[in-house]
Amino acid sequence: MTVLQIVALAAVALGGGAVALTSDPLRQTLVLGIFGLTLVFLFFAFQAPDVALSEIVVGTIGLPLIVVATLRKIAEQERTRPSDEDAE
Amino acid sequence: MSRRARLTLFAIAGPGLAAVLIIGFRGLPAFGDYHDVYGLVVNGVELSMRHATDYVTALNFDVRAFDTLGEEYILFASVLGVTLLLRVMRGEDEEYRAAEHGMSGSSDAVRLAALLLIPSLIALGVYLVIHGALTPGGGFQGGIVLAAAPAAILIAGRYLELKVLCPTRAIEAAEGIGALGYCLLGLGGLIFASVYFKNFLPAGNPGQLLSAGFMPLNSIAVGLEVMGAFLIVWTAFLDQALLVRRRTGEAT
Amino acid sequence: MSFLPYAVAAWLFGVGLWGVVSSRHMVRTIISLAVVQSATYVLLLAIGYRSGGQAPIAADIPPVAKLVDPTVQVLVLTDVVIEATVSALLLALVIQAHKRFGSVDPSDLRPLRD
Repeated sequence: MTVLQIVALAAVALGGGAVALTSDPLRQTLVLGIFGLTLVFLFFAFQAPDVALSEIVVGTIGLPLIVVATLRKIAEQERTRPSDEDAE
Repeated sequence: MSRRARLTLFAIAGPGLAAVLIIGFRGLPAFGDYHDVYGLVVNGVELSMRHATDYVTALNFDVRAFDTLGEEYILFASVLGVTLLLRVMRGEDEEYRAAEHGMSGSSDAVRLAALLLIPSLIALGVYLVIHGALTPGGGFQGGIVLAAAPAAILIAGRYLELKVLCPTRAIEAAEGIGALGYCLLGLGGLIFASVYFKNFLPAGNPGQLLSAGFMPLNSIAVGLEVMGAFLIVWTAFLDQALLVRRRTGEAT
Repeated sequence: MSFLPYAVAAWLFGVGLWGVVSSRHMVRTIISLAVVQSATYVLLLAIGYRSGGQAPIAADIPPVAKLVDPTVQVLVLTDVVIEATVSALLLALVIQAHKRFGSVDPSDLRPLRD
């Protein structure tokens, strides 16, 4: 097991922990993008270039773009709802 | 169920899951110790049988093409679900006018970077799709790189130009043609070689573009579908999030 | 040291599951679900790896006897693209649930009743 693989596995473990333990969803999206990049590094270290190519685009802009749009839509719905209940 | 009930359930079931996982993982061979036969057989045989040099794409589109059909239709069904959920909302109670969009323009540096990115991404995406059977790449990878090219316009702060460049009908048509094309290639195997999804085109010389049977055609079909799917999902979500709507008769 | 990939896969699974269970915002649940999915990718790729093996490509690199297993790479490859779309479906459901119930807290969801 090469040093590169050990470093990649450690980075993935740290990144996964950081994603699950962040409390704000918007910050979590940013950490998710970085976690995707560490996963790409790990896939290259495991001799899987095809998998890494798919994860590059999906992990950095595919999923975070959708999450950010969702958060923005939820904020807009909060603003334009008739304010007679205490939300969140 | 309330959060406390969830956490209690997790506290009870979590150690059980951890114990089962540890017992299960101890039965696995050590990392790097490979015992399976299927992979060795495929690695030995794929080059001579199908003249394809990228074994992963060859498995994806030829030996296990039927599984890829199933996966492709999972993609199709989820995109169908997203459009149903998000487009029903649009016609619900507000009239939608695309006069403004909520995203401010970004700086010139970002726009220049996006301008340089778009042709590179399109070229890279087309290269990955067509050379799927030869080098690392294939329909899935090339399709999402192709979908990332219009997303660069979004990063430059011009969402409405993205809507003009990728009209809804065109990307829906691309997705449909990709899904249908993949299915029809399987039928071609049934008609010409009497087995559904059997490789019926001539194998050619390994390493050339027109080799490996119908794998390039499969890659193109899947690439079209994945590109259409991601663009539909992104525009559906961004329509909801960015476009300012006005109720008929009053302003928000 | 040779069990490190399996340990990392189990750790990602556990911490992602904890994120799913203990979140107060539905979008956090879905992001933690992505972490759980990446645990399966790490596990699958670790099973298919051969020590000293190379990527399963036969073009542009000198041919070598030992190649890693391509079968598990096929599974992970299609899975990466498809789970992003399934997460998009879940996020569309979150938007609709927020519109309907007024809250993104999973504990506030009630059965639909007309």
